[in-house]
Parts: sequence; structure tokens; C-alpha cells
Amino acid sequence: MCLAIPGKILNSEVHNGIRVGRVRFGGITRETCLDFVPEALVGDYVIVHVGFAISRVDREEAERSYALLESMGLLKGELESDLEDS
Amino acid sequence: MKYLDEYRDEKIARGIVAELSRRATRPWVLMEICGGQTHTLMRYGIDEMLPAGIELVHGPGCPVCVTSLETIDKATEIASRPDVTLISYGDMLRVPGSHTDLFHVKAWGGDVRVVYSPTEALKFARANPGRKVVFFAVGFETTAPANAMAVWQAKREGLKNFSILASHVLVPPAIRALLSSPRNRVQGFIGPGHVCTVMGYREYEDLIRDFHVPIVVGGFEPLDLLEAILMLVTQLEEGRAAVENQYVRSVTYEGNLFAQKVLAEVFEVCDRKWRGIGGIPASGLSLREEYVEFDADRIFGTEGVTADEPAECISAEVLQGLKKPTDCPAFGTRCTPENPLGAPMVSSEGACAAYYQYRRHAIAAKGTH
Repeated sequence: MCLAIPGKILNSEVHNGIRVGRVRFGGITRETCLDFVPEALVGDYVIVHVGFAISRVDREEAERSYALLESMGLLKGELESDLEDS
Repeated sequence: MKYLDEYRDEKIARGIVAELSRRATRPWVLMEICGGQTHTLMRYGIDEMLPAGIELVHGPGCPVCVTSLETIDKATEIASRPDVTLISYGDMLRVPGSHTDLFHVKAWGGDVRVVYSPTEALKFARANPGRKVVFFAVGFETTAPANAMAVWQAKREGLKNFSILASHVLVPPAIRALLSSPRNRVQGFIGPGHVCTVMGYREYEDLIRDFHVPIVVGGFEPLDLLEAILMLVTQLEEGRAAVENQYVRSVTYEGNLFAQKVLAEVFEVCDRKWRGIGGIPASGLSLREEYVEFDADRIFGTEGVTADEPAECISAEVLQGLKKPTDCPAFGTRCTPENPLGAPMVSSEGACAAYYQYRRHAIAAKGTH
């Protein structure tokens, strides 16, 4: 759970005063809070930790660190959820 | 597309190691704090690549590992109640408590669910007003703002059936405790890149002032860590002690002020007991008085729960960098990820689990000679 995973912002909207968006990590997407990264726009890459984007990074950085996490087998389980349906 | 250019990276890595050999004139003991960094170091054998004399020890930066036994016992007690749904990050389920773990509570019919984000727990609470929904809020400064945001939202919405069992921990007080110990061997620290993405690195300056020890905030890729090690050794050889930032791609001096704001709104600093280490003053976060209605510890009356840690597990020494996982007689035999004696073997980020994943074959082979 301590990992932060880079992903791409697919959309962004405001729900109950909080900015959320779908973020894609490899083959799966997760709803992500974007309130901590007001500078990040749709199409940008962000580092996401437990469903919250904590910083914006460039695409190359995002792809490289995603590949690294995947190669270490650390992604399986990290995005696991009994409740999320996508 | 291949993102990891292993040939290019290997060439740079060899260059950094050669530079380290040139600069290091004597042995140095360095510690990485974050469990994610431990994994990279093991996976790429960086510790074995370093010049002789530069030793890496692994710190207490796995939140799953340092969550106290009492807190696990509180979680299993609360999760056993028929009116409760306990929602947790997945790696907490197998962490052994005094008598049982959450995985077994679930197997025996307790309603224990795994999420990857606290916002999912909040959604579940909204959709199930008849359930008392408790979120098991562990984690370092990286995780605390997310959990704080869930509580802040719950209060704003007037959600009555949501609470958290908070066991947040802070990195700088843990470093302070390690450095204050008479048994300390660590001479330089690789700072945790994602904790510092949230908190910045200004709060580490007090440690430099009080202990004159270099800290380099590092990223998570093999080259990040090698570069951080080179920066540390350079400072040590020059007799300097400063906070430097290797992970500039994500970390700034101030950190993420938006995340810090919600964290400060909901939580306040408190004393905290760490598994394997003991009590550390001002090293945790608990709910502010304005948010106590969301404190599961008070709601379910578990504040008095106490526990004693098992004697065989050496995780205390491992988490303080005094011993390596492989120094433990139970490592890989009586203690495995399937049947863990201690938390560092459970979590995917724990040092024992990292050694088990990447080193157990090499260790077994050595043992047969």
C-alpha cells in the first residue's frame, strides 16, 4: 500500500466540491482524487497513492517507473479492491 | 515499447559504482527508509554491486510492519463485531496480531473488505447506512492526507456510520529515535521519495542540525538509488551534512501544500508505539478533537487494548538496521510470507519479504557448501 503508481488522467470532473478523474494504470483505470494536484490536466501523468494524485510527472518518467514497478511484480495487489468494479 | 533500457542503465550504474569506489576511503553505513526502495535495492542487487565497505541497512519505512500489535488486535476485535464492516488496505490482512489476523477474522465470518483507496470505504458507508464502517487508516505521511480527506468529507456530509482506526506514523521522528539510540550504526540516510513528495524536505533540516548526518531524498529506480548513495558518500567523505534532493522529478522543498493542508486540518501529532521499536514521542498522527466522532478507538472502546510482542521475531533489530533479515534463525523456515512470525515478512514492502523474494535461493545454495 505504500507504493505510488504513475498513471494518465483520462477525465476530470468535480463531485461534491472535490475534483476527481479516472486515471489509467496499464490496463486498468481507477477513480482518483485530483484535489492535491490542481495543476494537472486531462492527458497529464500523475503519481497516485491510495487513490490520490500527489504529484505531476512527465510521460517518460511515468512510463519508466510504471515499467519498473511491473517488472518487480509489485503492482498485483496494489490496485486490488473488493469494492471497485472496473 | 521497452521503457527500461537495461543496457544504458547498466552502463550508467557501472559508472556510478566506479565513482563510488574512487570517492570512498573508508566504510560507511547507510540506511534507506522506504520499503519500496528496499525492494529496488534487492531486485537489482544494488547492495551487492557497491564497493566493499559501503553497507546498506534497511529502515522502518514499511507502514504495515511498524503498525503496533495493539492496533492489529484492536482491528481484529472491531472487525469481529457483527454490526461492523472493517475496510483495509490489502497487505494488513495477514499481519499477525496477538491471537489472530484480519484474514482469519474474515474467514470466520467477519465482514472485512479490501480497498485500494479510503474513498471507496467512504462510498461503501454512504451506500450501507445500516453498517458501522471502520476504515483501518495506517500509513506514513504519503498516505495520511488521503485518509484525512476521507474523514473531512465524512464530517462535511454528516456521515454517522463511518469511522477510522488511525495508526499513522511519521518519518523524521523515527530517524531521530534511530540516531538517538546508543546502538545506532547509521551514518547517512536515503530519504523517502514519496513521503517527501507530500511533506517536502525542510523538516529534515532539524535532524541535520541536531545530529550532523547527511540525508539525501531518493527516488525508486535503480539509478536514483545509486545516485543517492553517491551523493551521501560524497557528503560523508567531505565531512558535510546537508539535506539534498536526488528525486527532483517529484520532490520540492515545500512539498505538496494542498495535501499538507487537509492533513493538518484533520490530524494532530501524537506519541505513537511502533511495532518492533517501541514508543517514539511525537511520531504519529491522531484525529483532532473536532473529528473525534470519527475515532473508531473511542466508538468501540478499544483504547485500553495492550499486547506483548513475540520473542522469536527479530524484527525490532531489522527495523532499526541492527540486523539483516537473514540473521534471523527463523528466516525462510519457521517464518515465510505464508506463515509469518513478524510483520516485515508479511508486507510486500517489508525487508524480510524482499530478502525472501530475491535472496532465499542464493542463501540456501550458500548453506549447502
